[in-house]
Amino acid sequence: MNFESELSKGKFMIPECDVCKKIVWPPTEFCDNCFGPVSLKNGEFEGKIIEFSKQNNDYFCVIEFESIIKIMAKMSEIPEVGQMVKISKCGISNEGYFFYVN
Amino acid sequence: MSKVGIAAYGTTPFTIDEQKIESVLLKSTKNLFENNSKINKKDIDAVLVSTNNNSKYLSPILSEMAGIQPKIAHSIESLCNSGTNSIVSAYSYIASGLAEMILISGAERHDSPGQILQWDNSRGEFKHPIFWASIFTKSYKREFSISDERLAVVSVKNHKQAKENPNAYSNNTYTVQDVMNSKKLTDDLKLLDCSRPCTGSASIILATEELTKNITDNPVWITGIGQKTTSASFTKNKSFTSMESTKIAAQSALKMSNHTTNDIDVAEIHDAFSVCEPMALESLGFSDYGGGLDLVDELYETNNFKINPRGGLIGSGHPLGATGISQTIEITQQLQSNANNRQVDDANIGLIHNMSAAATSSTVLVLEK
Repeated sequence: MNFESELSKGKFMIPECDVCKKIVWPPTEFCDNCFGPVSLKNGEFEGKIIEFSKQNNDYFCVIEFESIIKIMAKMSEIPEVGQMVKISKCGISNEGYFFYVN
Repeated sequence: MSKVGIAAYGTTPFTIDEQKIESVLLKSTKNLFENNSKINKKDIDAVLVSTNNNSKYLSPILSEMAGIQPKIAHSIESLCNSGTNSIVSAYSYIASGLAEMILISGAERHDSPGQILQWDNSRGEFKHPIFWASIFTKSYKREFSISDERLAVVSVKNHKQAKENPNAYSNNTYTVQDVMNSKKLTDDLKLLDCSRPCTGSASIILATEELTKNITDNPVWITGIGQKTTSASFTKNKSFTSMESTKIAAQSALKMSNHTTNDIDVAEIHDAFSVCEPMALESLGFSDYGGGLDLVDELYETNNFKINPRGGLIGSGHPLGATGISQTIEITQQLQSNANNRQVDDANIGLIHNMSAAATSSTVLVLEK
């Protein structure tokens, strides 16, 4: 099980070092702090909208999870900075990640 | 440590022409030799090529096409600040004694693969630079209650200055209303807020103090170098309203040169998008946090070319691998009082700011007569 194989199934998991417990982002095989092996945490993670803009009818937002992971995600409703959201859809398309939140 | 000087330079116009990368590289190199007949090809012991182009072995190829057989020949890629990274590498070769004279040629085509960092999956499907630029712009406007019209002055100023640069991509002047009416890319970014990918090349020769003085009567010296990389991922920026890597690189470069920002007479800064100019001015210390646009307004209203005299990236165009070298050539020309209608009065000390991937990496150089 690795981050991308789970993401390709539509599941967002959080990579964490087995040794020092640091969240490792972007996901890699080894911890960027101690080079320990990385495992994936399962859960219904809530993220906070840090900033956003809009292109055509879609908003794109910077979302922060666990005070360390930041991703850019698409959102259809009007966002607000500080608003808490969850990932509603995610995956891999054309070798790149995609995320939707609401 | 012996001084490292800028002994010669050459450039091509920045255009959207279809040209092979090898051809563009050769043209700026040819221009460099035409500009300075004292250079002996046999004295060049390193050739560095700065580019994001996917073509292989470009430095040996350029060397062969130009009739040079260097000891050292390789390419350097670091997205948008490849050019100044190449200059820093060349400086290091000379300062260490591994080389005495180095040709550095930067080039890019308008369709460069370096415009998009595919690795940065934290950006999700928003990998084009217009998306990080939109987030920077929205944050900056929010933090300082800035309007789109106020930011548009950056583009107006830099296009006006580019009009005096015969090699610039743009030959047009625009009003704030023109910028506001240009194509809307996102809610926070218009087309004229953006530097444009283009085809172009710039070449420069660095040499030891002795060789520099043999080649030119008007030498310019690299007296300060600062570099900092904070991450590769855009979203790892601690702030979307200031440039951490630029702050650190500037402090290092100014300390090395024994100067402060107040001593700088002229500067080329990395205005990839309108918002980048006030952010960079603040991070480099030219203004207080949030005061960058006041300085831009003042410079524009007084027709002062101190910042981005060649028109910056917005006016000149942005052929990634050539940009940092072109910026360095502009400051060299300014210090040599050789910048024609762009000339800044009493230019003795200049600064170059060149960055990559949403300011995750920055290079700052200080040049002096």
